Amino acid sequence: MNTLAVDVWRGGADGRFQEFPVPRRDAQTVLDVVTYIQRKLDPTLAYRFACRVGMCGSCAMTVNGRPRWTCRTHVSEVTADGRLRIGPLANLPIVRDLVTDMREFFDKWARAKGQFKATATRGQDFARIAPASRERRAIDAAIECIGCGVCYAACDVVAWNPDYLGPAALNRAWTLQNDPRDGARVERLAAVSGDAGCHACHTQASCTERCPKHLSPTASIAELKRASVLAVLKGEL
Amino acid sequence: MSARAESRLWLAQRASAAVLALCVAMHLATMIIAVRGGLTAAAILGRTRGSALWAAFYALFVLAVATHASIGLRTIAAEWLGWRGRAADGAFAGIGLALAALGAYAIVAVIR
Repeated sequence: MNTLAVDVWRGGADGRFQEFPVPRRDAQTVLDVVTYIQRKLDPTLAYRFACRVGMCGSCAMTVNGRPRWTCRTHVSEVTADGRLRIGPLANLPIVRDLVTDMREFFDKWARAKGQFKATATRGQDFARIAPASRERRAIDAAIECIGCGVCYAACDVVAWNPDYLGPAALNRAWTLQNDPRDGARVERLAAVSGDAGCHACHTQASCTERCPKHLSPTASIAELKRASVLAVLKGEL
Repeated sequence: MSARAESRLWLAQRASAAVLALCVAMHLATMIIAVRGGLTAAAILGRTRGSALWAAFYALFVLAVATHASIGLRTIAAEWLGWRGRAADGAFAGIGLALAALGAYAIVAVIR
């Protein structure tokens, strides 16, 4: 197979796929393919990338129907017949071609109270949190999210309810719920337990299946459900 | 709906599912045993009539069905039809009450 037939989304929400022939190379990534098209075939193609090594999370796109980091996806992993179909991430408004508007995705982090609220001042001593403590281990399991939006694009609940906060924002909220230094845990629980919050999750685990960092937002959301029910039973919520 | 109300509905949905798992299994097993054992409708009614135990079992079953079905339908309507808000909440509370009333009617028929 010396040439790939690559369908690339062009335009906005009412756009269409356009086919490009791209030479097949060894160890070629999907981002290499998109970059080849932009540099050699059509300089007007809009797409987003930065680090090329799976650190920044900006090159996520829909590749043959699944959301992926294009920089860490080898062509050989996703096509057997020499065809690739590359589109923008689902569940987000399309700006143009392969670029989506991520504002709503990040606004939901804020709506889920994804900010740390300090309870101490710099004059006080360090908080001591044992690495083996239950809270620290829960945080470790969820903290490595880099906000690429793959889980959000993979989530059916977001597609059904556009207000749903989504896996990444809820995962972030769960890390903060475990931080003994944080002072907004009841408000955060209230923010993530409404009808667009954790209880809307169907535990289909598409987020966990697709997360390139191998995190489990599904587990974080399940813990938020338990925490909110416990808070209601205790009369805190 | 508030976080507290949503959390309560979620708990009610899970708790009613757990009750249903037991009740459905017992209901099916009883039906199969009764039919295979050759019991007639009259013989079955002869055993259920006046039985506080069967009345309590089916009352629990009906309550679990009414709770589980109305919360589940509310979620399906929100996700598939985009129908949310107070009117929807009221309608599905009504469906829950109607299911409970129909179930109570059936229990009375079998127990009294």
